[in-house]
Amino acid sequence: MKNEHSHQTTKKFGMVINLDLCTGCGSCMVACMAENNVPFKPDETDKLKSITWMRVYRLTNGKPFPETDICYLPRPCQHCEGHEGHSPCVSVCPATATDYDSQTGIVSQIYTRCFGCRYCMAACPYHARYFNWYDPVWPDGMEKYLNPNVSPRMRGVVEKCSFCYHRYQAAKDRAYVEGQREIAEEDYQTACTQACPAGAITFGDLNNPEHAVYKLKQDPRAFRLLERLGTNPKVYYISSKEWVRKAGDNYLPDEKPKK
Amino acid sequence: MKIDRRCFLSLAVGAGAGIALSPLPWKLTDDVSIWSQNWPWTPVPKRGEAKTVHSICTLCPGGCGISVRKIDDRAVKIEGMKTHPVNQGGICALGLSGLQLLYGPTRVKGPLKRVGDRGKGQWMPISWDQAIREVTEKLAAIRKAGRPQSVAWISGASSNTLNLLLDRFSQAYGTPNGMRLPTLEDAYALTVSLMNGGKARIGFDFEHAGYVLSLGAGLLDGWGSPVRMFKANAHWKAAGVKLVQVEPRLSRTAAKADTWISVNPGTEAALALGMAHVILTESLYKADFVDSYTEGLMEGFRNIVLADFSPEAVAKVTGVDAATITMLAREFAKAKRPIAVCGRGQGTLPGSLDLFIATHALNALVGNLNQPGGVWMVREEIPSWPDVQPDSVAKAGLGYPRLDGGRTPAGISLPNRFIQAVASGKDYPVEALLVVESNPLYTLNDTALVRQAFSKIPFIVSFSSFMDDTAAWSDLILPNPIYLERADDVVGVSGYPYPTIALSQPVVKPQCNTRPVGDVLLQIGKGLGDSVATALAWKDFNACLESSLGERFKSLKKAVVWVDKGYQPAAWDEVFATERFSFIPKGIAADAVLKPVGVPGDAGSFPLTLMAYDTMRLSNGYIGNPPFLTKILEDTVLKQTDGLVEINPKTAKSLGFDEGDRAQIETPKGKALVKVHLDDGIMPGVVAMPRGLGHEAYDAYLAGKGINVNNLIASVNDPVSGFEAAWGIRAKLSKA
Repeated sequence: MKNEHSHQTTKKFGMVINLDLCTGCGSCMVACMAENNVPFKPDETDKLKSITWMRVYRLTNGKPFPETDICYLPRPCQHCEGHEGHSPCVSVCPATATDYDSQTGIVSQIYTRCFGCRYCMAACPYHARYFNWYDPVWPDGMEKYLNPNVSPRMRGVVEKCSFCYHRYQAAKDRAYVEGQREIAEEDYQTACTQACPAGAITFGDLNNPEHAVYKLKQDPRAFRLLERLGTNPKVYYISSKEWVRKAGDNYLPDEKPKK
Repeated sequence: MKIDRRCFLSLAVGAGAGIALSPLPWKLTDDVSIWSQNWPWTPVPKRGEAKTVHSICTLCPGGCGISVRKIDDRAVKIEGMKTHPVNQGGICALGLSGLQLLYGPTRVKGPLKRVGDRGKGQWMPISWDQAIREVTEKLAAIRKAGRPQSVAWISGASSNTLNLLLDRFSQAYGTPNGMRLPTLEDAYALTVSLMNGGKARIGFDFEHAGYVLSLGAGLLDGWGSPVRMFKANAHWKAAGVKLVQVEPRLSRTAAKADTWISVNPGTEAALALGMAHVILTESLYKADFVDSYTEGLMEGFRNIVLADFSPEAVAKVTGVDAATITMLAREFAKAKRPIAVCGRGQGTLPGSLDLFIATHALNALVGNLNQPGGVWMVREEIPSWPDVQPDSVAKAGLGYPRLDGGRTPAGISLPNRFIQAVASGKDYPVEALLVVESNPLYTLNDTALVRQAFSKIPFIVSFSSFMDDTAAWSDLILPNPIYLERADDVVGVSGYPYPTIALSQPVVKPQCNTRPVGDVLLQIGKGLGDSVATALAWKDFNACLESSLGERFKSLKKAVVWVDKGYQPAAWDEVFATERFSFIPKGIAADAVLKPVGVPGDAGSFPLTLMAYDTMRLSNGYIGNPPFLTKILEDTVLKQTDGLVEINPKTAKSLGFDEGDRAQIETPKGKALVKVHLDDGIMPGVVAMPRGLGHEAYDAYLAGKGINVNNLIASVNDPVSGFEAAWGIRAKLSKA
């Protein structure tokens, strides 16, 4: 008995996003912003300065009408593992404001440590990190909807998707109170996963054979973004269209995607 | 001591090294980062007791269940209700943004009276007593003068009871001019009553369909109940059910469809009839249904289809080659449980009847009516109220013809024709207009005409919760609490095949000095006395809800929703034995009903066709786009305050435009400055703009962004139904 519970198994939380199902409606983006107190400005059309931890990209196959095809690709932080936790952003952070948690596989961001050098933004190949160029301003009265489990950020720091880490903490607390050691798959789900009306996002422990993501990541149509950089991301995508899989990495014109 | 160069330099270097080695720089850096992060104006959300309250979202006709997370008395997050059968935990971007509407800056904080000129935005806060007294006195004076027919209302409310109450108010007061803004639901209800006979809501058993042909319906762009449709699509993908999307633009639905058939704009009905031609000539129709339960096929329908809609003829009109049409028809007819569906975009406007008739005829040909995986007639049984006893004034008022013509069966309003009648001033005038949960000055086509009509109405009362375009143009605003602050019933879910009755309940206490329209209407009724007071004798709107929901009221308070999942549509023998399904509605000439509605403007001076499209990222009705939704809008749709018009690169090149160029778009209805966005997903010769931008009212997060496409589109009456049938307009782009 003792041995069974003496050490926690290492978790590796990750996502599998089925691009065949994603309709690009944007629910995940809004669910994330509402959950994580992401601010908004009167003008958000400069997308370089628009903070969206989860962003849905629109890919096209580049063919003229009517052979044109489009695919929507939601992009949270990829929570890269790199080689033994050396994810691109963690490696360059001079302030230890971002770290790789080997227990969960989540790349953290500690706002109060961040001093805004933005090295991590330069290092991230997925544009998953955002800088607070301005103080967040909520119109009078709107601060009421802010979630107390996530601290609003201030001007001058970098922020990004946390896989809703506060939900993991809450789930752990709940499990502890209920006398359980392990949290169940449905106890910890990110806001975007929960909201997705198409059921395109699946979230769970990639190491746990009982979790849905474990099986889904082995789908022959699964791929990861810019895999060949060695970032070892924890977000998998599934698409039955070859041009989409090909758009996931830099391939030579006549090269086939690996799967 | 003499300070020479050497001494100075060594002192400087020493000081530098000393400071660098001391903790001072590190301490200062640390202080700076702490200081720069401790702005007192960065809010710290208060902690408190967390709980979850369940309700129904009424922002669209989707009828999703929502679970609102609360910390003490603050609502902090809206999530999809997991146990709700329609959305099963999923939720759309608009539904997620609901709290921005609740706590947003555009709420009307209390009753307002206009003091300056109309639309100038000068308001005086007044008390509720005064507000209700002013409306009551005005309505009483009009009634006393014997002109109750000159009071009208426009409602976009989803609440069944509120609409019943408004109808009842009209009956008792004596006006025939109650306008409910019609949508695809109404167009389908009319189609069902014309073809199937009887009054029913249309439901699609998409979850069990084997093949889905969408004739321009934005099934994944917000059509019907959006979350349910996303879930259905996920199911189709898993089960290998084919989705065919027919429309000129690569919408999100077209992108997710297995096959996208790009037809010339406005020719979807022709394509459906071309398919019917193939099905008839190749005898692919379901004989056991068609022979025994239908009429009009061999006489009217077949003749017209065979004469005018051969695949070759249809190919010329639609731009889809004959072989594809034949292939589609065979696929559709031979598929198990095929469904044809229409209702352009989100179906917020009803659209032309020919498309609905043609689409529904396809379903009848394959015998997929009231069958599993088919198109159902659905009825929700709710208690009815005792009849109104109108007094003599009311009777006289009700004797007047409706301003919208009102030729169609009762219960269907034609606000487009109402606006035309008021603007032309030919019939009797409208002296007072009540606007309930709608923004007609923004959402109706040809907004200039709507404004002209409104300028002829001396007294406009808005019950809007927000300072929207119509509220800003009214004389008195009596703000309604929003859906999270009040109780409302929702009967039926758009396009859902099972009978559904839901109760939306207050999640938080009212944030502003608001009163539910229902309550205010009852108080006005009391003040008016006579037959109005008798007809509207309820204590408050809650009592109204209780009387219209009956037994169910109490259980719904707990369960939020009631769904009859075991519902079986009536068998053919029951529905079509006495009154057969008619391919051509009785009393209407066959050629008239299948005639397509043209596009306004001449091709010579306006070489392009402008279409309005719907997207999940823009709320385009009564609810203005909340900031989160505007934030996630692509920069190919809105850039700063410029709206972008989508155009095919080929067309753009021929006109000399490059990506992002400024342009002027001109239609017979007006012109606007835009930018062009080159997109391969749109048919050459067609340009598209989204609905939902270009508000004049609202806040810094929405006002003045982009162009309201409804300003540019003319209103076109369907020749048979009278519904708003415009799907586009001729346009031209020139350099600006």
